[in-house]
Amino acid sequence: MTDAADTGAAAPKRRSLIDTLELDTRLLGMIGAFIILCVTFDLVTDGRFLTPRNIFNLTIQTVSVAIMATGMVFVIVCRHIDLSVGALLATCSASMAMIQTSILPQYFGMELGGPMIWAIAAASGIVVGGLIGALQGWLVGYLTIPAFIVTLGGLLIWRNVGWHMTDGQTIGPLDPTFMMFGGTNGTLGAGASWAIGALAAAFCVYAIWQGRRRKQKHGFTVKPLWAEFALGLIAVGAIMGFVAILNSYEVPTRRLARMFAARGEEMPEGYTEAYGLPISVLLLIVVAIVMTIIAQRTRLGRYIFATGGNPDAADLSGVNTRLLTVKIFALVGVLCAISAVVASARLTNHSNDIGTLDELRVIAAAVIGGTALSGGIGTIYGAILGALVMQSLQSGMAMVGVDAPLQNIVVGLVLVVAVLIDIIYRRRTGDA
Amino acid sequence: MMTPLVEMRDISIAFGGVKAVDNVSVDLHAGEVVGLLGHNGAGKSTLIKILSGAYPKGSGEIRINGEAVEIHNPRDARALNIETIYQTLALADNLDAASNLFLGRELTTAFGFVDDDAMEAETRKIMGRLNPNFQKFKDPVKALSGGQRQSVAIARAVYFNAKILIMDEPTAALGPQETKMVAELIGELKKQGIGIFLISHDIHDVMDLCDRVSVMKNGQLVGTEKVEDVTDDEILAMIILGKRPERT
Repeated sequence: MTDAADTGAAAPKRRSLIDTLELDTRLLGMIGAFIILCVTFDLVTDGRFLTPRNIFNLTIQTVSVAIMATGMVFVIVCRHIDLSVGALLATCSASMAMIQTSILPQYFGMELGGPMIWAIAAASGIVVGGLIGALQGWLVGYLTIPAFIVTLGGLLIWRNVGWHMTDGQTIGPLDPTFMMFGGTNGTLGAGASWAIGALAAAFCVYAIWQGRRRKQKHGFTVKPLWAEFALGLIAVGAIMGFVAILNSYEVPTRRLARMFAARGEEMPEGYTEAYGLPISVLLLIVVAIVMTIIAQRTRLGRYIFATGGNPDAADLSGVNTRLLTVKIFALVGVLCAISAVVASARLTNHSNDIGTLDELRVIAAAVIGGTALSGGIGTIYGAILGALVMQSLQSGMAMVGVDAPLQNIVVGLVLVVAVLIDIIYRRRTGDA
Repeated sequence: MMTPLVEMRDISIAFGGVKAVDNVSVDLHAGEVVGLLGHNGAGKSTLIKILSGAYPKGSGEIRINGEAVEIHNPRDARALNIETIYQTLALADNLDAASNLFLGRELTTAFGFVDDDAMEAETRKIMGRLNPNFQKFKDPVKALSGGQRQSVAIARAVYFNAKILIMDEPTAALGPQETKMVAELIGELKKQGIGIFLISHDIHDVMDLCDRVSVMKNGQLVGTEKVEDVTDDEILAMIILGKRPERT
């Protein structure tokens, strides 16, 4: 602690621990609320909530909404709204299902289970999502139809375009490789999960070190060394802890036996295997990183936030705000397609009601995560945390045995109260 | 006589049938400050927004250094080294000073990512020159005082080597100390050979800072006079009555 006192004297302005670590108090508050929520559910369910199994399921269930929520942040930051994400997900899912089960096998002679089918299907879905998103963005940006109207129309249109493509039928089963993006059917196992965790941890440490060096090069004041170490430790601890939890959820013995039987082998006595990191969660993490980089490190992100803060200023600064709108909605379309891969893979088929009401979950996740509808403010990690909070609430209440209508009432209340707390917090800190 | 830095000839623009600017011609030489005076709604801001690319001109011609140019949007204006300090300042309140200063012209790293540290370093340099008391580099500009916000807007116009500077009511929101700072800055920029259009409805400002004044009323140009040739009262008569001073 003498070290801390010394550096504290060198930088007299910094007072509290949180200040010194340059932590985001909003993020801390949200994580705190999330932890309280989890612990409460854990106590009420006699320790059933915070089991590796439930945590594994929670993360899997969150992925689809969380991926779309990262895009919704950009839309809302730019003072728009997108009500069509659930319907767009359905159209993307329908096109991907049709491509892999009908178009590719029929016209190109590719059999389900072929090596390229999943990639072609996913890529086509992403193109479809991107194009539809761009179209909606063009209507909003260039023809200046309010986003609320365009995407409300989109909600009706795309849900039923999806219906039309499949004649209302449930399409399945999907390609086995494709289904690996669903969660339980595609996990990395213990070894690979540890490896990825270690890589991520190493990258975090490198990023912290790089950031410090860059700041020093410009002669800015930097955090005391112990603070950087503390941050590094927290990051590494969180990553490895998460991997450890997922790795301690073992595949049920009967399921393993089935898998061995399918390969015509006998399962050795006492054989165990961990699920590890699901591919879908890895996908979410990649999306989160890419979206955060876009938000903080690219011109596109800078212009999105500037336009949200003051559209006229952005315009006068030479930002093409119309094209920007197209890009944002196209990006959301692409994310809907990625979510559609995860959602349909998790269900192992495409059904007409896939993603129903997702638009509301996605908007709620972004808003609970601190995205302000007045524009200009929002974070990617906040939206993902928001999605996680919503999912935990829902599955926690289901676990406790709360009636379905009461569950929705609680979720609705939480949404409103979360925004109220956020407004009060911002007013207090003067950070608008 | 030298070619003017800026010539705006016979400029007109109409919004929904109302002629906001009606056949107005003004010019500006290097190292000169030309004041644009007039009541609210006289068309002075609109005229100048045509030069800064915020509005497309209805008809007329803009010449920069004698060459006819087309300015369709703010990017075109910036490319011609025309910088504008808007009355509203046009700052994104949720971003910090550096992000605002470089908005639309971000410094990037070798990989094409925005380089916040480099931009902050540059912002610290120029603010050290313009407003040495400025310290809030990490806060969103919403947290700044009126004068601090103004200095961010000025820094943005000055940093990128403006040749033509448009200042729309630069001192409207400022205290006496800060107004003096702006006046000093205008003097310094003049010495560097920058031409400045100064829009104001405070005649004292204009008489102190400008070389010539152009007065507008109801979208039309009343006249352009050298400051030393006219009295405050004559300028007032031009603004209020639209009457040019009589010459003997």
